[in-house]
Amino acid sequence: MATIVVEVMLKPEILDPQGQAVASALPRLGFTFAQSVRQGKRFEITVAGDPTPAQLAEVEKAAETLLSNPVIETFVVKVEK
Amino acid sequence: MRIGVVTFPGSLDDHSALRAIELAGGEPVSLFHGSTDLKEVQAVVLPGGFSYGDYLRCGAISRFSPIMESIIIAAEHGFPVLGICNGFQILCESHLLPGALTRNSDLHFICDDQKVAVENIKTPWTAGYTQGQEIVIPIKNGEGSFQCSDETLAELEAESRVVLRYVGKNPNGSRNSIAGISNKQGNVVGVMPHPEQAIEELTGPGDEGLIFFSSILKEMVGR
Repeated sequence: MATIVVEVMLKPEILDPQGQAVASALPRLGFTFAQSVRQGKRFEITVAGDPTPAQLAEVEKAAETLLSNPVIETFVVKVEK
Repeated sequence: MRIGVVTFPGSLDDHSALRAIELAGGEPVSLFHGSTDLKEVQAVVLPGGFSYGDYLRCGAISRFSPIMESIIIAAEHGFPVLGICNGFQILCESHLLPGALTRNSDLHFICDDQKVAVENIKTPWTAGYTQGQEIVIPIKNGEGSFQCSDETLAELEAESRVVLRYVGKNPNGSRNSIAGISNKQGNVVGVMPHPEQAIEELTGPGDEGLIFFSSILKEMVGR
């Protein structure tokens, strides 16, 4: 069994008010390290056995059509064991 | 004149839209997301609400519902479609309209009477307004900030496809204060504020929203 992970982030030029809200909450708790914060989504997809190249290609397609909106977001697909 | 309104799981304003069509003198027809049957309507409204709980992204899951298959094909052939609020989000996710609606810049859910200018009266949904007419209709959303690439923005402006623009303070960080747009042909229109909630003095800030519905009825007769 392996896990295919799809991480989706807003494109850098798209305003991320949620990330900004997190960034401004951090110093209130004494965390002063953050210059900025961007918030994204992570999908964990479980498949039986090692993912085949065909499966990965399908996941790429799903990420492009459903899991992300290419107008405002980018994604990366990776495999975790 | 049969105008359809689609009910998705989580639609809220479908009955308001049906009522607006009736008040404008049309025959409102309920359409269901799980069927591909457009029931011979001559135009369709995608109403506001929180279809599929706004899961994943607003409108992202509704976009793949059976009724949308029929609507996307019809819209590409000139069939008039109006998306209001969540309906606008569904039209963007369907790629019938460019851009996307993202979280309001101040993160607040906004519920207010909003002044907007009607900047494109060449669409079948806005033909009854006068160019530049300022109207007050309610706005109620958490993800109404219109975003798109610089090229798309330039194209929308150059082709006069901005249908509604916020007047005064930009409420949500939308690019160029855009509140509504159309596709190239003009048959598909998406607006963030709610014309169907401003159809009579008793229940809204006025009745200036009703013209969206009387416009489409008049336009369809003319065809």
